[in-house]
Amino acid sequence: MGLDITWAVDWVRRSAQVIAEHRMELIELDRAIGDGDHGENMDRGFQAVLPKLDDLPAGSTPGDVLKLVATTLISTVGGAAGPLYGTAYLRAATAAGPAVSLGPEELADVLAAARDGIVARGKAEPGDKTMVDAWTPAVDAARDAAEAGEDAATVLDAAADAAERGAVATEPLVARKGRASYLGERAVGHRDPGAESSALLLRAAADSAAAATGS
Amino acid sequence: MKKIINDPKDVVGESVDGFGRAHADLVRVETDPLYVVRADAPIAGKVGLVSGGGSGHEPLHAGYVGFGMLDAAVPGAVFTSPTPDPILAATKAVDGGAGVLHIVKNYTGDVLNFETAAELAAADGIEVKAVVTNDDVAVKDSLYTAGRRGVGGTVIVEKIAGAAAERGDSLDEVAAIAERVNANARSMGLALTPCTVPHAGEPSFELADDEVEIGIGIHGEPGRERIKLEPADALVERLLDPILEDLPYASGDRVLLFVNGMGGTPLMELYIAYRHAAAVLDGRGIAVERDLVGNYITSLEMQGMSITLVKLDDEMIELWDAPVQTPSLRWGR
Repeated sequence: MGLDITWAVDWVRRSAQVIAEHRMELIELDRAIGDGDHGENMDRGFQAVLPKLDDLPAGSTPGDVLKLVATTLISTVGGAAGPLYGTAYLRAATAAGPAVSLGPEELADVLAAARDGIVARGKAEPGDKTMVDAWTPAVDAARDAAEAGEDAATVLDAAADAAERGAVATEPLVARKGRASYLGERAVGHRDPGAESSALLLRAAADSAAAATGS
Repeated sequence: MKKIINDPKDVVGESVDGFGRAHADLVRVETDPLYVVRADAPIAGKVGLVSGGGSGHEPLHAGYVGFGMLDAAVPGAVFTSPTPDPILAATKAVDGGAGVLHIVKNYTGDVLNFETAAELAAADGIEVKAVVTNDDVAVKDSLYTAGRRGVGGTVIVEKIAGAAAERGDSLDEVAAIAERVNANARSMGLALTPCTVPHAGEPSFELADDEVEIGIGIHGEPGRERIKLEPADALVERLLDPILEDLPYASGDRVLLFVNGMGGTPLMELYIAYRHAAAVLDGRGIAVERDLVGNYITSLEMQGMSITLVKLDDEMIELWDAPVQTPSLRWGR
């Protein structure tokens, strides 16, 4: 069974909720190695998406929802996260295409497209202590689960688990991109806020899938 | 946190609203999306200059909108780059048919959002060039960082490029002089205290009463070294020595010396710093041809300062001296 518009809308609502709940935590993570605005900016962006969900025309697809998130984040978040997440959701929307329902393989493709968009915009590589360090293992885990014949909810659950481990694994790294790169060794010991918000959003995707499929 | 604010969410909007009312003779404030534009924009045939970035660095950038400097400024949330929408709107508002120059400080968010806006403007048929300022010597320019930050040199780039645009230079010429000023500018800053971003409510970093953070940027981010407080002259040398070595500046050079306050340091202390910086330069045979002392690119209420040196040529001096009429920089007119 694939995941449809109901899942996509629920994912956005859960994303907005989880970002709001973790707003201060993300600010604290960013304050340690950046400028302390990540939680505030992400919260502003996702809160701006919520009212627009009610205006989605009948017959909208998961891709339409992803595109709505993309344009809203680009125009409301700012900082580095706005263009990076905006590009991620935009590429994800393109990968989702006009499909009314996304199966395991399609979801792996959507996540891969999102990751590729982040890499293209930010030019970061794995190990640079950025959100790429959450997305890359997430994409790999989703692909493995899909190829193993797992269902859609399990694919997203595997991605969320891997993203969470990836976010934790940024802690010992020296940053080479973004504002934390100015700290050199002093960034060591702090988790990357973008990797953490990525893990939160992917967990929300998995939770929505679990709710949608009753698993 | 003790600040003269209402709701932290309203800080930027209310501040820009007040700024617009205070300077209605020079600027116009657009609120949706938010940007500040010269009251007489667009000016036909003149290259438009647009800068912007996070709020909290006042008077940068809105304070420099006016005759002889910027045509528009785009304030983002506090310490957060603006999104592409207002940058695009400001670019359209100042396009007088001769193209638009974006002056962007080298921070990842600023670069990404201005790049996106420039692509959108190009799609609308507006020719846009960008100069990315990166004058901060505290950052090692290597493969391992996002590159040097744009700091105090940005103010000087905006003034000199603004004068070039005002006298009728083409987009290529204005971009070239902006690049030349940036290439000849070097800066370094220090903080005596952190600052508090209103929505965070807590200081951006911890600093003991007797400690100084050396090599800070302008967003309250920590610097590269922490030392015990020293007398003013020693602190000046900690900023000036790496600057002088970096370009390097040599005997016989003519420079602009810019001693900038981070927002919470009184002018009394900035002049004490200027006094010693000028003496050091004099001792090295470097002529201070022009200068600027005051709070021009700040980090909210942070105590601290930055020093910027710009190696000048005749054309840069002429353009620096050219008339300017903005809320925060005004002479000759």
